[in-house]
Amino acid sequence: TASRAMDKEYVGFAALPNQLHRKSVKKGFDFTLMVAGESGLGKSTLINSLFLTNLYEDRQLPEASARLTQTLTIERRGVEIEEGGIKVKLTLVDTPGFGDSLDCSDCWLPVVHFIEEQFEQYLRDESGLNRKNIQDSRVHCCLYFISPFGRGLRPLDVAFLRAVHQKVNIIPVIGKADALMPNETQALKQKIRDQLKEEEINIYQFPDCDSDEDEDFKRQDAEMKESIPFAVVGSCEVVRAGGIRPVRGRRYSWGTVEVENPHHCDFLNLRRMLVQTHLQDLKEVTHDLLYEGYRARCLQSLARPGARDRASRSKLSRQSATEIPLPMLPLAETEKLIREKDEELRRMQEMLEKMQAQMQQSQAQGEQSDAL
Amino acid sequence: MSKGLPETRTDAAMSELVPEPRPKPAVPMKPVSINSNLLGYIGIDTIIEQMRKKTMKTGFDFNIMVVGQSGLGKSTLVNTLFKSQVSRKASSWNREEKIPKTVEIKAIGHVIEEGGVKMKLTVIDTPGFGDQINNENCWEPIEKYINEQYEKFLKEEVNIARKKRIPDTRVHCCLYFISPTGHSLRPLDLEFMKHLSKVVNIIPVIAKADTMTLEEKSEFKQRVRKELEVNGIEFYPQKEFDEDLEDKTENDKIRQESMPFAVVGSDKEYQVNGKRVLGRKTPWGIIEVENLNHCEFALLRDFVIRTHLQDLKEVTHNIHYETYRAKRLNDNGGLPPVSVDTEESHDSNP
Repeated sequence: TASRAMDKEYVGFAALPNQLHRKSVKKGFDFTLMVAGESGLGKSTLINSLFLTNLYEDRQLPEASARLTQTLTIERRGVEIEEGGIKVKLTLVDTPGFGDSLDCSDCWLPVVHFIEEQFEQYLRDESGLNRKNIQDSRVHCCLYFISPFGRGLRPLDVAFLRAVHQKVNIIPVIGKADALMPNETQALKQKIRDQLKEEEINIYQFPDCDSDEDEDFKRQDAEMKESIPFAVVGSCEVVRAGGIRPVRGRRYSWGTVEVENPHHCDFLNLRRMLVQTHLQDLKEVTHDLLYEGYRARCLQSLARPGARDRASRSKLSRQSATEIPLPMLPLAETEKLIREKDEELRRMQEMLEKMQAQMQQSQAQGEQSDAL
Repeated sequence: MSKGLPETRTDAAMSELVPEPRPKPAVPMKPVSINSNLLGYIGIDTIIEQMRKKTMKTGFDFNIMVVGQSGLGKSTLVNTLFKSQVSRKASSWNREEKIPKTVEIKAIGHVIEEGGVKMKLTVIDTPGFGDQINNENCWEPIEKYINEQYEKFLKEEVNIARKKRIPDTRVHCCLYFISPTGHSLRPLDLEFMKHLSKVVNIIPVIAKADTMTLEEKSEFKQRVRKELEVNGIEFYPQKEFDEDLEDKTENDKIRQESMPFAVVGSDKEYQVNGKRVLGRKTPWGIIEVENLNHCEFALLRDFVIRTHLQDLKEVTHNIHYETYRAKRLNDNGGLPPVSVDTEESHDSNP
């Protein structure tokens, strides 16, 4: 940090981070996390461990014969977590049924559609008239669970990741990592990394830490990055390991796995990187990179020959975007939107008139009110 | 079904072979209805010894198939079962092993010797099973292979000049590996076992069971057993083939309590309490493969090798093969297939 200038040269925006912090603390923080992967890899247990909740209490696991023809469904669960004065509204998106059927061809399409629908919703909201309270339901991160029993990514894993990697931040994890001995874990991680590179799958890149951080922090940061994909174990049961203090873990006849022991698994790393340090970055990348990519693709597709003149790429402004029906919407939806926007317009006009009247009244005081 | 019992020899001949007038039987026998003590010793109880000697001379065949998704430790388990590298592990991390696009059948034979007994063991691997995105009907190549071995045997049997000892390539036992999800069977597991339990002895095992705690294991097993029952899947030992009450009691216990065996395999040894044991070493402890408190490998081994090996072969021959044979002859109008060379033979005069 730069040294403070003399008082008379001190403008004061060094206090900006504090202001932002206070604002976000007041506003709270929205985050949507998707959890995907075939069933039985410990996804729900891990989520419960990460966020210290019991989100899946009401879950009913169907039998094998029922799962034979089950198609993939998308389930959303919301939880509000408060810690240290910060409120987080966490939305968890599950994909039960993934990888279950005999024929899983295209089973990832509902997930792709879901992610794109959230972008679409945001695009509509952003292009609308009332942008004060846009609900951000976009998927900020997808934790993809890889089986520890396989020999790396399976064909289904590759197909899913390729379908979503440009639409959502992917953090790959190896579930139920207590199935592996240390050398097996290393080998599996390397294999997965090689495969990701080979298949040209983009996963979320944890940004480099600042150059002015101390050596210890940098080393720790580098170690964490090298341990991707994170090999995790989850548990909500508290056990006594070696009779000292109780820890969260899994007790076997041959020993107890401690969830928060970095020698046993990467749970702490995942928690640190996902929750403690990179939640904001995940949101930013979603907005600045992934959403913008979607938006550009979407609007570009309108610029085909035969589309309206106004829809030229370079000239497209926010305002004109509202007047062009978005290609994804069915006709009824568009009409409904138009009606809603008309309603809004009418209300806005009424308010404007009221405000104009007020302005005339308080003209003498020289105050100005913000135009909406 | 007994074939070719040697004729009872006279006492004179017996005394040449056996030093004592009343030899003790090698294996405890079922009680006989006639008390031979009163009438004089005949010596038919030595048939066991004779059969043992013959078997030692000729050796015997055993064919075991392993089925399951890649990475479930199939090869390691078979190697652990037979304490030798009888199955080539495709899991060497250094090799570029690509998952095959269709299910392949790979049969590798080894001769294992123990205590003078020679076993020609064939391990049939099925790489590619359950690994694709679309796994519909992926059991068909396996079913086809099994039936082809029955067909081979049948053709030899109906030959006019048939071999003294028909080479037996029929699958005696199919180990099906269930993924330890802790939830329930996967749809693929159900479909495979539904189709194949009628043609081969299936022994389901829960693979890589070191990811489940005792409670999780017990619950999972119960759920799996129930699902199999509800879907009418009979795994080996099948209830309908229990020969007598003794069999039934023994097998009931195995069927209802032990199976499916939750196993862990390993080809590495570690030092535990001064002994070298096969196991897996993790930062939180060493899993001992042959320790019954850790997993049920020893139960599986004893079951397949030490108590039911012969029965597996007999059920294959007397039940599964016979079913195949009957169906084939029936399709053929009650006549055996004519030529050895042709696949299907249809008689002009049924």
